[in-house]
Amino acid sequence: MKNKRENFLNKSSRRGFLKAAGISAAAIGIGAAPAIKAVSIASGGGDAVSNMPVTTPKAEVLKAKRWGMVIDTSKITDEVVEGVVAACRNAHNIPDFDHKPDEKKYPNTRPVNKTQEIKWIWEEHYKYAFPEMEDEFLADKFKSLPFLVTCNHCKNAPCVQACPTKATFKREDGIVIMDFHRCIGCRFCMAACPYGSRSFNFRDARPFIEKINPEFPVRSKGVVEKCNLCAERLERGLQPACVEASEGGIVVGDLEDPESEVRALLKENYAIRRKQELGTEPSVYYIM
Amino acid sequence: MSKNAIIAGLVVFVAAALFPFWFNIGGTNAAPEAELSAKAKAAKKCVLDKYDMRANHMTILNDWRTSVVRNSDRMYKSTNGKTFGMSLSTGEDSCLGCHTDKAKFCDKCHNYASVNPYCWECHTDPKEVTNEK
Repeated sequence: MKNKRENFLNKSSRRGFLKAAGISAAAIGIGAAPAIKAVSIASGGGDAVSNMPVTTPKAEVLKAKRWGMVIDTSKITDEVVEGVVAACRNAHNIPDFDHKPDEKKYPNTRPVNKTQEIKWIWEEHYKYAFPEMEDEFLADKFKSLPFLVTCNHCKNAPCVQACPTKATFKREDGIVIMDFHRCIGCRFCMAACPYGSRSFNFRDARPFIEKINPEFPVRSKGVVEKCNLCAERLERGLQPACVEASEGGIVVGDLEDPESEVRALLKENYAIRRKQELGTEPSVYYIM
Repeated sequence: MSKNAIIAGLVVFVAAALFPFWFNIGGTNAAPEAELSAKAKAAKKCVLDKYDMRANHMTILNDWRTSVVRNSDRMYKSTNGKTFGMSLSTGEDSCLGCHTDKAKFCDKCHNYASVNPYCWECHTDPKEVTNEK
């Protein structure tokens, strides 16, 4: 008996143990495979969604290697400015702090702080738009001329570098655009942008939107927003809203294409960019 | 003596621990079914099939978001052959374009499951917009 037991604990037992262990491991493995598969499908890791991007871009999409904008300052009058700003406002549900909120729908809306307004494209004086160009004897017309300023969709966009969540990024076609879903509202981009082209939503915008455009989302409190060069319109084959409203004052096109309209305009006219010396390489040109 | 006390204590404990189960027995808390609009019923095929959709709609919405915002690709070709606009609420081929009643389609289950996705903080329900006019 004692002998047998010793035997069991010694040689044959080790072999027996290994055999049993091997068999049971294999059995567990075979038995668990379907279970693991089922769990992975249930948790969304299955093939249902992973083979998802069977996407097809539409044919009418307007494309460019690098989108740019040329603004002919001689064609920008006060009426054009008004039209352009309104068109942009309507296209993107930008709140207008001069709009009086509907008391019934939005009771007890607190008064607005105009310094918190949201700006995508707006009017600026020459001296603020081009502060580095402090000419002693500036031509009179520039003192009163309205300048339309907006996001410059810079080649070296500082806002993109500043964004810690990659909510702001540069698309391959040069448009600097935001993913509002990812924005955490840290406002680093606002500090980084030398053009003040970014605005923070300090409050719910809905009470200040006269008529919500269902084609574009509203923004929630706590995100930054900016001009997106009407990326959603370009995708439908439409020109940006500001271009349509500008009566020929604004042209948007491909800066990398020598045959494009913007390049033709730049070839023939003297054009300047805002704060070029900062090296951000703005894509918005002003024909003087 | 102590035996009785222990048993009594155990009964109370078990009753308390199982509270969520006996409280809901025969109750009215049955899980709601998403109600399909007439249009959705007529269309028959959704983006994915029913159970996949139920389990993975949040993942697909996430993927759509990336596709639209990052890759500027807004058309989704489903494996069942149909194409959809990758949008919650804009256009006839978007989610709400077919599932016209947000309250019955989205909110019903989300409220029951106590999940509060923040989709509608920014995206607009077309009905909300038309009421405004």
